[in-house]
Amino acid sequence: MTRRVRRWVLAVGGAGLAALLVAACPALPPFGGATHPYGDRVVHESLARQTANTIASVNFDQRAFDTLGELGILFASVIGTVVLLRQTRDERRAAPEPAAVSLPVRRYALIVLPVALLTGLYVVAHGQLSPGGGFQGGVVAATALHLLYLGADYRALENVRPIGLYEVGDALAASGYLVTGFAGLLGGTAFLANTLLPYGTFNTLASGGTVPLLNAAIGMEVACAVVVLLARFLDQAVEIEKESGS
Amino acid sequence: MDDPLIVVALLLVAACATAAVAVRDPERQALVLAVLGTALAVLFTVLQAPDVGLSQLAVGSALTPLLLMLSVRKVRRRERGKGRTR
Amino acid sequence: MMSVLPYLVAVWIFLTGCYGIVTSRNLIHAVGCLAVCQSATYVLLLAVGYRDGGTAPVFSDVEPGSRPVVDPVVQALALTDVVVGATVTALLLALVIQVSKRHGTVDPDELSELRG
Repeated sequence: MTRRVRRWVLAVGGAGLAALLVAACPALPPFGGATHPYGDRVVHESLARQTANTIASVNFDQRAFDTLGELGILFASVIGTVVLLRQTRDERRAAPEPAAVSLPVRRYALIVLPVALLTGLYVVAHGQLSPGGGFQGGVVAATALHLLYLGADYRALENVRPIGLYEVGDALAASGYLVTGFAGLLGGTAFLANTLLPYGTFNTLASGGTVPLLNAAIGMEVACAVVVLLARFLDQAVEIEKESGS
Repeated sequence: MDDPLIVVALLLVAACATAAVAVRDPERQALVLAVLGTALAVLFTVLQAPDVGLSQLAVGSALTPLLLMLSVRKVRRRERGKGRTR
Repeated sequence: MMSVLPYLVAVWIFLTGCYGIVTSRNLIHAVGCLAVCQSATYVLLLAVGYRDGGTAPVFSDVEPGSRPVVDPVVQALALTDVVVGATVTALLLALVIQVSKRHGTVDPDELSELRG
């Protein structure tokens, strides 16, 4: 298809789609309206199970099976990236030369690194109470680790980041989620049903039954996944190059 | 909907999204995407969704632009290397 | 008009992203435009769940039942997709790097010429 034909197809299809979407807008519930049947029921269920953060309750209790699907996508795309970005036979590793880092950058990165890491872990741990949870905290903790690349150099990052360990951690977290689900099955009810553990006291760390467990599993999974992904991309961008002369 | 803050945040997001598409150089686009991620995080917070705002802030303004930048660097490095051996 | 403005913004973001993907001359740029398209779905979902005068559905510092809260279901949907979407973006970028290794270009037009 030539460039011109493609533009025409885009113009016709885009105009049609735009017309349909705009026509659909007035039929949606009006913005800011007061009727949210699903929301009201979800809030009620979440409070009945002593989970202060309703969103954590939706993700890890009422729709925990859906989150298992998301976990599957996450896991599959990490495997795909690792396979695609492996070192092939006609490539070699060239150690990057250490570059001088200006002192303010180094100081800033090394001060912020522990703070950011701790924030990430805090956000994961308090997922069932306050805004946050495994998905957000995992990303924060994993990206915090990469401040070391800014503050020191690539070698230092590689030393604190044995990549095999994180790949194992990724798999362990995914199976931890599954095992918690099967524990619900063995407990006499259903897969991923939140009936195994006591619901605890409202608004304390140990509340919500299996919500904190699944939350922690997701946090570990996301953190390991992001570390592995970034490691593969950094390897490609910094170290691996095509063997010259081949 | 009389909250002007929501209107401002919505228009800001729309403007950033348009800019992110209009900027053709992928390296600059990564920077505009980081701005878009931050604008989206503000919008989500204004819409009373702090959870989504937090994850958008971590992912949209740090992780995705970083991945894009690393890919640009890899692709550029290959093209440079090719020019040298030729 | 005001009651549909957020939906119209979502439509605008989605269509701009689509335009960017189709007219892109660089696959990395196209992946960035796909990320723009994705953000349209978050805006749409959260706009559907908003409630005037509502507060966040987190009860660690709000007495349950004292204030109306916005819809948590759509927030949970958007939240998981933000993170999972980023890893899918990473997979797409890995494919782009692979394409660049195989064919030495990331311009979609040059790539289709190579095949034909």
